[in-house]
Amino acid sequence: MVIRPQSMNPVARWSGLAALLFVVLLVAGPLVALWLRASTPSILTSSDWAAVRFTLFQATLSASLSVVLAIPVARALARRSFHGRSILVTLLGAPFLLPVIVAIFGLLAIWGRSGFVSQILLSIGAERLNIYGLSGVLLAHVFFNLPLVTRLILQGWTRIPVEHFRLSAQLGMSPKDLFLRLELPMLRSILPGAFLLVFLLCVTSFAVALTLGGGPKATTVELAIYQALRFEFDLGKAAYLALIQFVICTIIAVWSLRIAVPVAFGGGLSGVVQRWDVSSKLLLWQDSAVLLAVAGFLGAPLIAVLGRGLPALSNLPASIWTAILNSLTVALFSAALSVLLALALAGFIDGLKSRRPKVSFVVEGVGLLTLAASPFVLGTGLFIIIHPIADPFALALPITALVNAAISLPLALRALLPALQHNRLAYGQLSDSLDMQGWSRFRLTTWPTIRKPLGFSTGLAAALSMGDLGVITLFAPPDVETLPLIMYRLMGAYRMDEAASVALILVALTLTLFWLFDRGGRLGHQT
Amino acid sequence: MDIKLEKLLIKQTDFSLRADLTIKDGTTAIIGPSGGGKSTLLLAIAGFVAPSKGSISIGGDVVTDTPPAQRPVTLLFQENNLFPHLTVFQNTGLGVRPDLKLSKTQIDQVEDALNKVGLADMGSRHPSELSGGQRQRVALARALLRDRPILMLDEPFAALGPALRHEMLDLVARIRQEQDSTLLLVTHNPEDALRIAENTILVADGTAMTPQPTAALLNNPPPALAAYLGK
Repeated sequence: MVIRPQSMNPVARWSGLAALLFVVLLVAGPLVALWLRASTPSILTSSDWAAVRFTLFQATLSASLSVVLAIPVARALARRSFHGRSILVTLLGAPFLLPVIVAIFGLLAIWGRSGFVSQILLSIGAERLNIYGLSGVLLAHVFFNLPLVTRLILQGWTRIPVEHFRLSAQLGMSPKDLFLRLELPMLRSILPGAFLLVFLLCVTSFAVALTLGGGPKATTVELAIYQALRFEFDLGKAAYLALIQFVICTIIAVWSLRIAVPVAFGGGLSGVVQRWDVSSKLLLWQDSAVLLAVAGFLGAPLIAVLGRGLPALSNLPASIWTAILNSLTVALFSAALSVLLALALAGFIDGLKSRRPKVSFVVEGVGLLTLAASPFVLGTGLFIIIHPIADPFALALPITALVNAAISLPLALRALLPALQHNRLAYGQLSDSLDMQGWSRFRLTTWPTIRKPLGFSTGLAAALSMGDLGVITLFAPPDVETLPLIMYRLMGAYRMDEAASVALILVALTLTLFWLFDRGGRLGHQT
Repeated sequence: MDIKLEKLLIKQTDFSLRADLTIKDGTTAIIGPSGGGKSTLLLAIAGFVAPSKGSISIGGDVVTDTPPAQRPVTLLFQENNLFPHLTVFQNTGLGVRPDLKLSKTQIDQVEDALNKVGLADMGSRHPSELSGGQRQRVALARALLRDRPILMLDEPFAALGPALRHEMLDLVARIRQEQDSTLLLVTHNPEDALRIAENTILVADGTAMTPQPTAALLNNPPPALAAYLGK
């Protein structure tokens, strides 16, 4: 069937082209700068290559652990309905929004040298734990990614048609048969994408490496870039390392695009299919143990943050107000920019879909490009560009907002594009036939269908930027504060109670921002 | 084999269904407005929905608490009767052994069943390569192999055109005769009921009524059925 294409609305075309140009410049500019500035490989020492190896090694281990541990958790959640199940599913979504530094504070309170577990070990005469290094990096990565993978797999489980479970019950399949026939094929389709996604997240999780890694044995590429830039001030080496990081991320990103990474934010996690193969006492016991363990693992650090932060709220550091103001400004600016770019690009891509499908595919690829260029790579490139012209340290906050916006762009694009496309396929011809054009068309047909994903992506972008402890560390001079930065500095000075109180403020503001936007998108929403 | 529902009450979140009736040998259709509980009735007999009150007995045995696999019943769903990643042969073979460890004679049985439903030589295909009608034929072949005394169909041909639907109904009627099974069929099409069912149960207003001879019921419909049929 050939649908006669209507000409594209000029507003959509020009804003789309402008957004495209902006994103291309924002990504390509830093990459070219890195390329021109990079030293020859000979400058890299053996410890730099060790950082490359460690990055890949820890990411492989982290992703494997997260995926393997997530399977029993998702399985238990998929087949048990119990009081508090929805709370647990919500808790699984928390680590993604939680500022990294807050989570690390919580993890240290439980697993650190003077943490809860070490106290118990001491009291029974054993040694304290020491999680700095590989074990700490793995612990934090599993904390962040186990819940993410669990949600991905849980979605796969809920997509198995209920008839298939009934059919299996009618045919008298044993739990083993059912696993082979129903669950294994589903896992096979979901796990590779989930593994690559987690791998990518672990390669680019600078804050974890900064706080828990370090030293000759546990330095990642991003940490090496940070050291080259901030301590050795060796721009050539930083640029070369950033290019290596870019190549690693690009390979993973391209690979994962080809096998379709599942989307973690869909609904459909609430239903529990009645099952007839899981009534045995042993399985019930096993599922309960798994769920209790994961609830404890995720919940204990959060409770620890609350427990230490609440009593200390009265002695917040003096600079807290500036930090709050800085953090909010950066988060709001970055969220607005990210969503505006995504909206302009999505409208442009959607407009191209019916006319020039190939071009639209390329534009979509550009929009997802920032997945490959990690925040750190962009940051390093921007540093090199700005350095000869202005003082990069003076521009810490605007650059952080800019890079954060670029990083949230793919998430926002992935949320908005399907909504726009659905809107065009379902109501495009109806709107054309009623001659609804321009602003009234946007207001009456487009806006109602995109406000929900729009609110969600704005909230997500604001929350991610609020908790950012990546690019800001490259640029911030000692007198510039954001909430995560203050926390990091307080923790470095072992002022843990004050750090905990800042953590509370940070979490409260992050969740409030997310909630406000997400809620705003849903308010009065009809579907 | 008779199915006896005694003072049955099925409660779900959004509706409830009462039934107090006996279904005799032969073919019985279940008809009524959508959302009225036709499918729920079949799900309860097959053991997928637990009743809140009352009892279900099949051939004189009470099966109210029997797990689905141990009931003398095969239920065909409206869709998703096949596993997409298994071949036609494997999907059919599940009716013999759910772990698919088939002996030589069992393999022959599967081939034979596929033959009977007109799918010889299609064994190596996957469900995605079949038409909607062919997929339901695979499910019927499996039902043949399971050889349970009661066969229940939940609008399995609703998505097919009239000619194909009639063809499939005739195939089902033939299978029923061959196996001498009791056939229960949910449909929203009075023509289908007239074509193969001696008796018909009307499910409306939260109640499954006693089976009546199909022609008499349709010619002289009670108010709920008349409203549904638009008469």
